[in-house]
Amino acid sequence: MLNPTQMTSQQARHLLVRTGFAPTQAEVDKLVGKSAQQAVSDIITAAVAAKPKYPVPAFVSQPPPTPANQLKTVDERQEQRRAQIAEGVEIKAWWLREMLETPTPLAERMALFWHNHFATSQQKVVSSQAMWRQNQLFRTQALGSFASLLHGVSKDPAMLVYLDAANSRRESPNENFAREVMELFTLGEATQGGGYNEQDIKEVARAFTGWSVDRDDFSFKYRERIHDIFSKTVLGKVGNFNGDDVLNIMLAQAACGEFIVGKLWKEFVSPVPDTMEVKRIAKRFAQSGYAIDIALADLFVTDAFWAESNRGSLIKSPVDLVVGSVRQFGFSYSDVLPFVLKTAQLGQNLLMPPNVKGWPGYTDWINATTLLERKSFTQQLFRSIEPVANSSMNPEMNPEKNTTKGRMAKFKVGKAEATMALDVDAFLRPYGGRADGVPNDALKTTLAGVLLASAATQNIANGTVGAAYLRTLTLDPAYQLK
Amino acid sequence: MKRRDFLSNFSTVTGAALLSAHAPGWAQAVAQRASSVQDRILILIELKGGNDGLNTVVPYADPAYYQLRNTIGIKPEELLKLDEKVGLHSDLKAMLPMWEKNELAIVQGVGYPEANLSHFRSIEIWETSSKANEYLSDGWVTRAMRAGLGGKRKYTAEGVLIGMNDFGPLIGAKAVSLNDPAAFVNQSRLARVHEQATATQNPALRYLLKVENEISQAADGLRGDKYAFNTVFPTGQFGNSVAAASQIVASQQIDKAGGVPVMCLTLGSFDTHQNQQGTHAGLLKQLAEGMAALKSALTELGAWDRTLVMTFSEFGRRAKQNSSGGTDHGTAAPHFITGGAVQGGLYGKAPDLNRLDGNQNVLYTTDFRQIYTTVAQQWWGVNSDVVVHGRFDGIRFLRS
Repeated sequence: MLNPTQMTSQQARHLLVRTGFAPTQAEVDKLVGKSAQQAVSDIITAAVAAKPKYPVPAFVSQPPPTPANQLKTVDERQEQRRAQIAEGVEIKAWWLREMLETPTPLAERMALFWHNHFATSQQKVVSSQAMWRQNQLFRTQALGSFASLLHGVSKDPAMLVYLDAANSRRESPNENFAREVMELFTLGEATQGGGYNEQDIKEVARAFTGWSVDRDDFSFKYRERIHDIFSKTVLGKVGNFNGDDVLNIMLAQAACGEFIVGKLWKEFVSPVPDTMEVKRIAKRFAQSGYAIDIALADLFVTDAFWAESNRGSLIKSPVDLVVGSVRQFGFSYSDVLPFVLKTAQLGQNLLMPPNVKGWPGYTDWINATTLLERKSFTQQLFRSIEPVANSSMNPEMNPEKNTTKGRMAKFKVGKAEATMALDVDAFLRPYGGRADGVPNDALKTTLAGVLLASAATQNIANGTVGAAYLRTLTLDPAYQLK
Repeated sequence: MKRRDFLSNFSTVTGAALLSAHAPGWAQAVAQRASSVQDRILILIELKGGNDGLNTVVPYADPAYYQLRNTIGIKPEELLKLDEKVGLHSDLKAMLPMWEKNELAIVQGVGYPEANLSHFRSIEIWETSSKANEYLSDGWVTRAMRAGLGGKRKYTAEGVLIGMNDFGPLIGAKAVSLNDPAAFVNQSRLARVHEQATATQNPALRYLLKVENEISQAADGLRGDKYAFNTVFPTGQFGNSVAAASQIVASQQIDKAGGVPVMCLTLGSFDTHQNQQGTHAGLLKQLAEGMAALKSALTELGAWDRTLVMTFSEFGRRAKQNSSGGTDHGTAAPHFITGGAVQGGLYGKAPDLNRLDGNQNVLYTTDFRQIYTTVAQQWWGVNSDVVVHGRFDGIRFLRS
C-alpha cells in the first residue's frame, strides 16, 4: 500500500489540493503526521455534513416569474430574460463565494463535479430558480447516492427543459434526453462499453414521455396523456416501463458504476484510469447502492492516488486556479464578481457549460488563449498589490496603501471590480521569508514545493523579491498542475 | 515542438518519399495552379451540433420531404431555388452571389458508413477521418502536415483555431487558438520558449510547454499592423471570427516564410431538437453572411483564389421531424465548399427520402473522406492515403 501512515507536508498538500482547493500552510500543518486513511475519512465525513456558509440569494424565495409565453410584448420578454441572467450571476457569485470560504472544499468540488456530469446550461433553461434548484440537488446528493441523484436529475425541471424531455410526446418521442442519459450520465459511449444500440435509445425515449414541466411554477409534472403506455424493450428487458424503470435498468448494468468511477478517477487521481482498479471500486460502489462517499474513500487511498508518478499529473480547472490562488495566498477581497467573470473567461462559465458533455477537462482546459489568460490572471492578481517603482506616475491604478492586511489595490475584470489585499509577510513567515527579502536557496526550494506540483521549468532572475518572486513562480507552467 | 521532431516522424518521411519517388499525376497537376501550395489557405467552418441538411438544401420537388416535415418543412415559394429539385433556405441568400458566380459547390448526402449518432463520437470521426469503429489520435489536417505539407514552409502556425476550445481537425498539429490576433500577440509576452519541452516525462506538463512554445512562434508571425478592410463584417461571434481569420490572411505574405495554411471557425449550436425553425434560420443567416464577408475580405487582399472554404458537421438530422417541432440526430447532410478555385454546382446525389435506414435516417451518398481526398491531392498535393486514412475517389469540385 502506498497511502502513508504518517503524512509528510508534501503528502498532506497533495491530499488537500486533490480533494479540495490549493490549501494554506495552516491547513497542511493540521494533517502532517496523520495517516492518509484517517485524513481521508475525516475529509469525507466533513464533506457529507457540509452546510453552506451564506444565506440563499433573495430571488429564490420570490414567486416564480410569469411564464415567457404569457408575456405580451417583446420588451417584457427581454426584460425578463435580463433579470434571469442577472439572477444567474447571483447564483454563480454565491457559489464561488462558498468555494472561496468553505471549510469543506470536497463538498464544493463534488457539487461542481455533478454540475459538470449532468451539464445543464442556463442559456437554454433561462429560469434562474430552476438552475438554483438543480444546484441544490447537486449539493444535497454531492456525496450521497448516485442512484437518488440520477432519478432526481431526470425529474429536474432544468434538465427536462435543457434536453428537451419536457415536450417529448408518445406520438414521436424526442430522443435527446434518452440518448444522453445513457451516453453521458450512466453507461458511456455505446461503442466504448455502453452496450446499447439506437433501438434502445428509441425505447428509452418512449419510457420517458410524459415527464414534463409545469410552466406556471417550473415544477416537475407527469403528463399521463402524452406518456407511451405500451411495452418497451430496453437492454434486453421487456416491460411496460416508465422513466424510473429504465433508469433502474441502467443502474443495474456493471458499465454504470465503472463509467462513474472512471470519471471520478480522472477528476481526482490521474488522467488515465487503471481499469482493474476501476472495476474493483465500481463493484463496491454498485453494491453499496451507489454510495458516492464510499467510492471516493476507495479512490483516495488507491496506490495510484499516492504514487509519486501521479503528482502534478492533473491540470487545474479555471475554478481550481482562481479559487485555489486566492485561498492559498490568503488574498482578501471585497467582492467575488471579478472571480466569477475570470473563471468564465478562462473557459469555465458556471451554469453555462459548453454542451451536454460538460467541460472535458485535463488538457482541453489549455490552449494558447486560455493559457495566456491564466497567466495574466495571476500576473494581474500580484501586480495589483506589488509596489511599483514609479507609483506617482499612476497613483490611481496602484494606490499602494499599506494596511494591517497588507497592500490594498483594485482588481478588475470587465466591469466587475474588487478591492484586494495580500499580506506577503504573513504568507512568507511560516517558510522563514520576508516581503522585502531576496529568498535564499532553501526558501526558493520550499516555495517551489508549496506552489508547484512538479519541478519548476524556468529560473527566476536573481534579486527578485517578495510578491514579485511569488508572482513569477505562478507564471511557471507547472503552476497549472495539481 | 522543434522541426527536428517533425522530421523524425515516420509518416513525414514516408509521405515525402512517396511524393518525390512516385509523384503521381495529381501531385504534378497541383503545381500548375496559379498559387503555390504553401500560399494556399483552407478555412474549415464547423457547424456545431449537427446541421439539419434537409432544411438547408431543401428537396422541394419530393413529396416525401413534406410528409416527413409536416410542420417544419419549408414551402417551395420560400426557397431560393437552385434547380427543379432543390432550393436553399432563404436565410442563405447572402451566399447566392457565389452560386451565381459558379464558385459555390454543394456536395449532397455527405456522411459515412455505420453512422454514429453521438455528437462527440461522430465529430471525432470527421475530425480524425477515421472509420466508424476506428480510433485515431491525430486530426486529418495534422496528417496532411506530416505527409509533407508541414515541411513546405516554416509556417507561423500549422493552423489557427478561432473561437474554438478544441483542436478539431488539427489535433496533434502545431496549432494555436485565439479570438483576436492583436490581443493574442499582445498577451504572448507571458509565454516563454522551453527548449527541453519534449523531454518532460509528465504528459500534462509536456502539453503545457508545447502550447507555450507554439504561442511564442505564432505571435512572432502574427505581429504587425491591423489591416483596414473595406468589408463590413457581420456583428456577433461568428462575424468576429471571420474578421479575425481575414486579419490573419492579411498578415501573410506571399512567397515568404510564415503564414497560416489552415484555419478553423465554429458556428452553433445546430442541435435543434425543439422548435428549430427560428434558431436554424438565424444560424444559416450568420453562416451565409459570414461566408460572404470572408469572400469580400479575401478578395480585397487578392487571396480569394488561393483560399478554399468548407463546412463540416458531426451529422445531419433525422428525416422525420419529432413532435416538438425539432429534429433528432441523423446521418448525412449537404456541405458547402467555396473559394476562387472552386467549380460551383451540385455534386453527389441527394439522399432518397423513400429509402431510409432502420433508424429512419437517410443513407449517405458521398463519403466525407472523398472531399478530404480531393483537398489532399489537388489542393495540397500530398499523399491522400495518409491524410484520409484509406483510399477514396475524389470529387472534382476544383477547377483544373
